[in-house]
Amino acid sequence: MSDKKTATRHSKSLFHSDRTNDWCAGCGDFGILRSLEKTLTAIELSPDQVAVFGGIGCSGKTPYYLATYGIHTLHGRVLPFATGAKLANPALTVIAVGGDGDGLSIGAGHLVNAGRRNVDLTYIIFDNGVYGLTKGQASPTLHYGEQTKAMATPSMLEYSNPQMLALAAGFTWIGRGYAYDVAQLCDLMEQAIRHPGSALLTVLQPCPTYNQLHDKDWYAGKDLDDTTGRLYSLQDEGYDPLVPADAGQATLDQKMLQCMGAAQQWDKRIPTGVFFQDLSKSRLLDPIAQRHSGYAIATPAQQPVCDEQGRPLACLDTHFETLSVRASNAKR
Amino acid sequence: MKQQYEEFAWRIGGPQGSGIDRLANVFGRTLASCGLQVFGHREYHSNILGRHSYFDFCISPEPVFSHRETADILVTFDAESLCRHLLTVANDGHVLFAIDDADVPLDSLAFLDARLKQGLIATLAQMGQPPTIAGMLEQARHRGVHPVAIPYAEILAALAHECKLSRRQAGRAINTVAVAASAALLELSNELMIAELENVFGNAPDMLTLNTQAVARAYDFIDEHHGASASRPWLHEQREVQETLFINGSQSVAMGKLAAGMAFQTYYPISPASDESLFLEAQDAVPLRNGGHATPLVLQVEDEIAAASMACGAALTGARSATSTSGPGFCLMTESLGWAGMNEVPLVVCLYQRGGPSTGLPTRTEQGDLQFAIHAGHGEFPRLVLASGDVEDCFYDSMQAFNYAERYQLPVIHMLDKALASTSQTLPRFEYEDKNIDRGELFSNNDSQATPVARFALTSSGISPRPLLGQDHAQHWLTGAEHDAYGQVSEDPVIREHMMEKRMQKLQHILDDLSYEEKFCIYGNETARFTIITWGSTKGAVWDAVKRMAQQGIEVRAIQLRLLWPFPTEELTTLLADAAPLVVAECNYSGQLNALLHEHVGRSADHLLVKYSGRPMSGDALFAALQEIHTGHGLPRRVLYNPNE
Repeated sequence: MSDKKTATRHSKSLFHSDRTNDWCAGCGDFGILRSLEKTLTAIELSPDQVAVFGGIGCSGKTPYYLATYGIHTLHGRVLPFATGAKLANPALTVIAVGGDGDGLSIGAGHLVNAGRRNVDLTYIIFDNGVYGLTKGQASPTLHYGEQTKAMATPSMLEYSNPQMLALAAGFTWIGRGYAYDVAQLCDLMEQAIRHPGSALLTVLQPCPTYNQLHDKDWYAGKDLDDTTGRLYSLQDEGYDPLVPADAGQATLDQKMLQCMGAAQQWDKRIPTGVFFQDLSKSRLLDPIAQRHSGYAIATPAQQPVCDEQGRPLACLDTHFETLSVRASNAKR
Repeated sequence: MKQQYEEFAWRIGGPQGSGIDRLANVFGRTLASCGLQVFGHREYHSNILGRHSYFDFCISPEPVFSHRETADILVTFDAESLCRHLLTVANDGHVLFAIDDADVPLDSLAFLDARLKQGLIATLAQMGQPPTIAGMLEQARHRGVHPVAIPYAEILAALAHECKLSRRQAGRAINTVAVAASAALLELSNELMIAELENVFGNAPDMLTLNTQAVARAYDFIDEHHGASASRPWLHEQREVQETLFINGSQSVAMGKLAAGMAFQTYYPISPASDESLFLEAQDAVPLRNGGHATPLVLQVEDEIAAASMACGAALTGARSATSTSGPGFCLMTESLGWAGMNEVPLVVCLYQRGGPSTGLPTRTEQGDLQFAIHAGHGEFPRLVLASGDVEDCFYDSMQAFNYAERYQLPVIHMLDKALASTSQTLPRFEYEDKNIDRGELFSNNDSQATPVARFALTSSGISPRPLLGQDHAQHWLTGAEHDAYGQVSEDPVIREHMMEKRMQKLQHILDDLSYEEKFCIYGNETARFTIITWGSTKGAVWDAVKRMAQQGIEVRAIQLRLLWPFPTEELTTLLADAAPLVVAECNYSGQLNALLHEHVGRSADHLLVKYSGRPMSGDALFAALQEIHTGHGLPRRVLYNPNE
């Protein structure tokens, strides 16, 4: 980070936007937005360096409410847009945000392949179990038999497990936070952003308008005898998610099993924190940089194209040579 | 019919996986090294191994624009190829075939289409010939075709012995024996052919030895038993020594992209578009005139939705970005296309059309996506659609597509098709050094300007200076939702109207801006009223037919429409005002260009010539159709028909 770009600490975050926010009062999205704003400021990134890509839905509007490069993309397509920008300009800190329907239903294919690519970006899924903006239909993280306000019948589909999916897909950092625990969320966001590969951070995000089943009180465990609530931090219990860079297969297997175990927990005890972090896996940018000697010097975004007169800089003589035939009058 | 000028049609057929394409390329390069011009046309099945494929070369001392529907030499080494193409051999032509195939019954050929097989058997029965290869050859001999029986098995056995290889290994050179035998019949230099084999097998000495010996054996056999019986004097005239490109459409598009400084390309594997991306991936870094190198990042991604979205994401950072696909993939790209239109993203999409709908004919050609390309996506947004007509166009259009995309800040759809992609041609080296590169209006931040930047600021041209993601002090918002100048969602009806107008006025801007040459290419007699208009890869066949009409003393004007959207209505209205008759030629069922003419110019074809068999039109077929029209026998709509392709 250059000096020029180092953020000075204002009372108000550099990333704060004064745009009028149209999320419902009490929406968990506010906690996520606030955490993101705080985290970006805390890790001293400049708005010049950060691009936030949003999917479609309430969560997808997040980029509007941040003062940085903000790109509101298409339903389910946030990861490809974000990946394209990151690969073309790797100096950018790229954050993708979207709902659970966006990422686990319409965008599930991209989720899988973003894991395979292991490009250094952070994907935050706002997980509320419903499609809020289209008025409360069931989304992939709603469990079988659950029925939220707007649903005519209980859900006939099983729950999609984002942590399991991310693990299988190859995400190398997998975590979960809670929208109203801003302190933990900031910590998780910072870890996810600093992680050098693909990071999936799921945030349990109550939708006060449509998901009456999983509201603040439910997460607080008010229906349970146990007053500590449903949520607990894996790290508080000594859970170590790390697969070191030099780890062997046995360590990797053990950490994956551990992640699956944590991912399976739900209902009365719901884990948060870092589920998995794998530093042993290759990242797409590494072979690219190896193959393309110039990548580090002139990334696609900076690739020189023409001179000042607007004439092409490319010199294709040797390329044309291989497609050329030199005529000869030799007779047999 | 005897051609009135020096021209020769060569065809090789064989099962896929037997190296037809590779050896055809060696042969094409050999011809080019003799100073001859060639036009190569390739047909193949959607199959890995075993199905029939063939390759045509039309050869001439003059530039060739199209393939021929007849062959002067047919080169085969399997019975199926012989069956499929024997009828297309000219009456005084030569056919090379495997001597051992004579007794093969047509019934035993599993891959031969039932329609063709039954037709052949019925014809043979009528002629009193047995339903075998021998029967077919006898029938061909009756009409003057020269059969050249090649003892492939014997030659390959000798090669195996000579090169100390198994029969199976030596068998891989069967294609080389076949091609070399045809070259010997034409009295082409075996040294030149061996030099071209060195290009192909240079890294595999054993294969080179085998193939070189195969050439020698084939020449020996032909010299001994047939001599150069298919030779033509003009093939051997001394020509000025010069360098020529031997290049296909996919390669030409890729080279144009390199010249344009394309930095980012995504793709998902699809026929016939992937060849271009694979070619790009295999290229060495491009040296830059000011030092250093550039290599486009070419990425295979999970699907075409991702391909288009990712290319958009990259384009936002300032990288010249593109994606290449075919119809089925383009279907998936339509939502990103709309996003690019809404966010004024310079995205280049190369659309290699193939036979549709659905999976259609994956390896065959069609010009069936014109209306789709013009209208793809919901709602209304500006786009520029241009169509290349030949392999040379492919290069320059591919370069220019990026200028259009960046100048007008919109998606550009570069229409191509399977025919263009797989056409190999001799051409002079492309001159790109003095071509202009236009990056369009870019936002430059000066300190007085506060962020965020009004990315969609209203301007008189509809084009706002474009800030880039990651550009210092140029934060801005983008969204697929309707938005204000700052890229913030807005449903205000007045803002909506202003933004629609801002975007859509680019279309008129393009029409005002682009030169006549960027919109049209005219060939033949510009003052002739007899007019044929076409677009895309049918250009070559049209040029060819018009050239032949002129040789018959019939003046025809040919118009290739290069800019398909925005539609150049004004110029076309003038151009077509006195056209009589007006002929439209295109490879689709409904006449999609004709419909556009009707819609925009109020004038449509007197004679619509279409073809939708999945094979490109040839100059032969169009010439015949134009003659028919000239003599007053033209139909309002004629399907150009060839059951033997």
